[in-house]
Amino acid sequence: MAEDKGNGLQSALRRRLLMGLAGVPAIALLPRTSFAAAPPTSAVNTTGLAVTDTEVTVGILHSATGTMAISETGSIQAEKLAIAQINEAGGVLGRKIKVIQEDGASDWPTFAEKAKKLLVNDHCAAVMGCWTSASRKAALPVFEQYNGLLYYPTFYEGLEQSKNVIYTGQEATQQILESLNWVAKEKGAKTFFFIGSDYIWPRTSNKIARKHIENVLKTKVVGEEYFPLGHTQFNSVINKLKLTKPDVIFTDVVGGSNVAFYKQLKAAGIDLSKQTLLTISVTEDEIDGIGGDNIAGAYSCMKYFQSLKNPNNEKFVAAFHKMWGEKTVIGDVTQAAYLGPFLWKMAVEKAGSFDVDKVVAASPGIEFKEAPEGYVKIHPNHHLWSKTRVARALPTGQFEVVYESPDLIEPNPFPKGYQ
Amino acid sequence: MLGDYSLTDLSSIFVMQGFAGLILFSVYTLMALGLAIIFGQMGVINMAHGEFMILGAYMTYLCSGFFQTHLPALFPAYFFVAMALAFLASGALGMLVEWALIRHLYKRPLDTLLATWGLSLILQQAYRTIFGPREVGVELPAWLIGSVQVTDTIEIPINGMFVMAVTLLITAGVALLMYRSRFGAQVRAVVQNRPMAGAVGIDTEKVDRLTFGLGCGIAGIAGSAFTMVGSTGPTSGQLYIVDTFLIVVFGGAASLLGTIASAFSISQTQSTLEFFLSGSTAKVITLLSVVGILMLRPQGLFTLKVRR
Amino acid sequence: MTRSPASNVHDNPFMKPMEWISLALLAAVIFLVLPMLLDAFRLNLVGKYLTYSFVALGLVICWGFGGILSLGQGVFFGLGGYLMAMYLKLEASSIENTKIQSTPGIPDFMDWNQITALPWFWKPFTSLPFTILAVLVVPALFAFVIGTAMFRRRVGGTYFAIITQAIAAILTILIVGQQGYTGGINGITDLRTLHGWDIRTDSAHNILYFVNGGLLVACILFAQYVKRSKLGRILLAMRDKEDRVRFSGYQVASFKTFAFCLAAVFAAIGGAMFTLQVGFMSPSFVGIVPSIEMVIYAAVGGRLSLFGAVWGTLLVNWAKTTFSESFPELWLFGLGALFIAVVLAFPNGLAGIYRTYVEPRLTRRVKALEPAPAVALPHAAE
Repeated sequence: MAEDKGNGLQSALRRRLLMGLAGVPAIALLPRTSFAAAPPTSAVNTTGLAVTDTEVTVGILHSATGTMAISETGSIQAEKLAIAQINEAGGVLGRKIKVIQEDGASDWPTFAEKAKKLLVNDHCAAVMGCWTSASRKAALPVFEQYNGLLYYPTFYEGLEQSKNVIYTGQEATQQILESLNWVAKEKGAKTFFFIGSDYIWPRTSNKIARKHIENVLKTKVVGEEYFPLGHTQFNSVINKLKLTKPDVIFTDVVGGSNVAFYKQLKAAGIDLSKQTLLTISVTEDEIDGIGGDNIAGAYSCMKYFQSLKNPNNEKFVAAFHKMWGEKTVIGDVTQAAYLGPFLWKMAVEKAGSFDVDKVVAASPGIEFKEAPEGYVKIHPNHHLWSKTRVARALPTGQFEVVYESPDLIEPNPFPKGYQ
Repeated sequence: MLGDYSLTDLSSIFVMQGFAGLILFSVYTLMALGLAIIFGQMGVINMAHGEFMILGAYMTYLCSGFFQTHLPALFPAYFFVAMALAFLASGALGMLVEWALIRHLYKRPLDTLLATWGLSLILQQAYRTIFGPREVGVELPAWLIGSVQVTDTIEIPINGMFVMAVTLLITAGVALLMYRSRFGAQVRAVVQNRPMAGAVGIDTEKVDRLTFGLGCGIAGIAGSAFTMVGSTGPTSGQLYIVDTFLIVVFGGAASLLGTIASAFSISQTQSTLEFFLSGSTAKVITLLSVVGILMLRPQGLFTLKVRR
Repeated sequence: MTRSPASNVHDNPFMKPMEWISLALLAAVIFLVLPMLLDAFRLNLVGKYLTYSFVALGLVICWGFGGILSLGQGVFFGLGGYLMAMYLKLEASSIENTKIQSTPGIPDFMDWNQITALPWFWKPFTSLPFTILAVLVVPALFAFVIGTAMFRRRVGGTYFAIITQAIAAILTILIVGQQGYTGGINGITDLRTLHGWDIRTDSAHNILYFVNGGLLVACILFAQYVKRSKLGRILLAMRDKEDRVRFSGYQVASFKTFAFCLAAVFAAIGGAMFTLQVGFMSPSFVGIVPSIEMVIYAAVGGRLSLFGAVWGTLLVNWAKTTFSESFPELWLFGLGALFIAVVLAFPNGLAGIYRTYVEPRLTRRVKALEPAPAVALPHAAE
């Protein structure tokens, strides 16, 4: 049985690799021959990273414990899957990836401490990690100071662009603008009510959404409310919703508050099949805790949903389930985390070196045609070109995609006119 | 902001907002009641209170799963079974903890605080190991979901009313137990004068154990009830613990009436402010006034004349 | 206690010989052994842990000696850290560094929150002397206000503990909520220079480590001075029989307030040193969880022992780092068990174990070697 699984994975990988080969001729990655052709370590590693003739060390830095473990577990799983697949296919520049995993423990200073350990003590060639904005902000100066390389998976507020970070999630405009256009056109929405958790990501996202609604769509925001993280009582704001009767409820509530909010919304008799609710903070992961029944009918805008119909995604979902169990769900960030190791591998192979400066220089323009979300490409500003999708939540806990942007959306972390 | 709405709209909103305040009051009271018993009557600070609540929530989760697969016919009524089980499980764990830990520390109340904090870390990690780090979704019977249409515009959430009813029952039960029963008399006797209570034949150790178990059991019921309105995960208990402590402190530690009064004033302030201001601002103003009042009146709203 | 003051002074030298040896041992470990054994990264970590031991030291004074358990020491640690971070952040937000912002010259998080001018309470923090003064004075004043309000009304024991805890919780919510002024949940990050001196380099970390160690020893000596003074003895007396002290005519409240303020200042120094060495400050050091963890450092070391506080801090943090690297799950069980074990089995912590098992033997040896160190050493000190 175990052997069976291994074979399945391997053959799936071969197929994937062959496809990759057709798509990216510039990158020579014949699985078996690459070992023989492995260039000498002295040539590919001039800055003292942990690279030997057979191995290269990569760090994983997420919270395995604490409040954020709920969200970050999926990212850890996706990164491990990607690395296993890369190793299966012969590694990077003929070297197997060795993983050092550190626990950020949901504590931002710990992220900084562990990031420093991964760079200074372990000399990791790249680090896949961080999840919340706070953990990234804490670790960022460390990556810049020691010239490390971080692949950051979460959709986030933007307003940042670092030489040492590749952002594999969406920045705020990528996630929001297209979905607002959709809801305005499709639902004829004229009035919006914002509800968010009180920290930088919801506030920045709502600011961008408000500018777009007021200046581009020429419609109105009738309310904007923030609640402390962990808040569990939403009856008052629900009454305000009943009073203002907005066409669209636009939410970016996170964590345990999410669960409380949707349960109370449903209890208060707000029927999401009639009332349009657009959220940018609910993925398949969150629905696990909220309960599919409580949120069915809400629209979520992300770049990836587990139910996406394309061959890449079907393979990804199958491999993920094989490795981590049939019951695990895959959310947007999990998929973005899965991209990190592949994007790094391709940049390393394009650069012909593990040196961070060379990998960074090689990164813009890297395309990943086997991405489960379809196709992504690294923009010179270190974010990804990707599509925006809107999907309706089903009682089963999955999403049904109702809209997909026709083109890739350009990442724009410092949007003019939205600040 | 109220100018554009018709009078009927406004009046129904005020009614619903009043109910929102009452629901918040019930939630706060239910949270704080168990803690107030343990702290007020025994002087023990139970930092693991939130974890006892979450134990109740997990019992409800297990129950809902069990009824769905084995007794689907009785599913509509499972919540009552779940609450009883939550009470028993949390109460039993509480008595165990009292026996193993707390009884050695009655003379060092500050140390109970540290020990129960350690206990809360252990329980959190245990939940994480057993139930996984993710939040679990608790399936509710259909009759608990939705709202009652009182008039065309007034809708009251059913689960809110259910929480209110539970709170009312539990509070009445506790009041009866404490002030009208033999057990209550014994508890109060032990609190006031332990050696003398022992001398007249009260088994003080047993009384302590039962009191602690009762407080934890009520926490379990609270946790069970909160699965309707909140989240259930290994660290969810921490979401409640700060509010809970504030309520007990603000009410004045040794007084059940104080706890209820404090839950009422904090919930009404917050709910009213939340309606007129933004949620986060409302919370900050509420907390600041609580601290301000505590600075002027550190012993809380209601106090027993005890000088420590 | 006051029967024969003369003999009291004679029997109560500044430090007993064993305490001198403890101090020498601690200083040797901090200044010689650790810097020689550890690489720059680990040494910086130890430096970070040592900043917590300032808090533990303060707790020994107010909890061990004074019997006042504060569960809000994170507030003072955080205040010290935040005040220092404000200065560093202003220095890092020069117009040059922040030219991509819509309002250059203000901290980045303010710009993200549409604040266009530096708030008034940030303005004085462009001055380093003011900042250092503020680090010492603001927490002391805050502690004074809390202490006076509580102790004058004779709030004590468990109740005081809960109120300080509530204050810690509220301050966290405030900091997180007022993100335009405080950096919110992200904290104040990306601090670079102290008066033009780059604090991110390894050599700066080294220097700061030694400064930190020096400050710690100074604080221990000051705490020792307080412990030995009449004030320290009144504190002890108060802890054991508060009413008797009150009836003897002492202002119990003022003594308690003093101990609390002193603990607050120690914590604030630790916080400021933390910010300097780690390079940022966040609300995760202010709340209930870190505050209680800091109490456990003091408890593990021994709540009555100044040196124990430092050893306890180092030990718990060493264990935390080691175990959380290899067995993150086990670590939480271990930490929980540690709380319970310290309370149930070793109420006096490491220092208690040392005193019961190690010291008697050592003293015998020392006495055998040196006939009268008790007389010789204090002279050397004076």
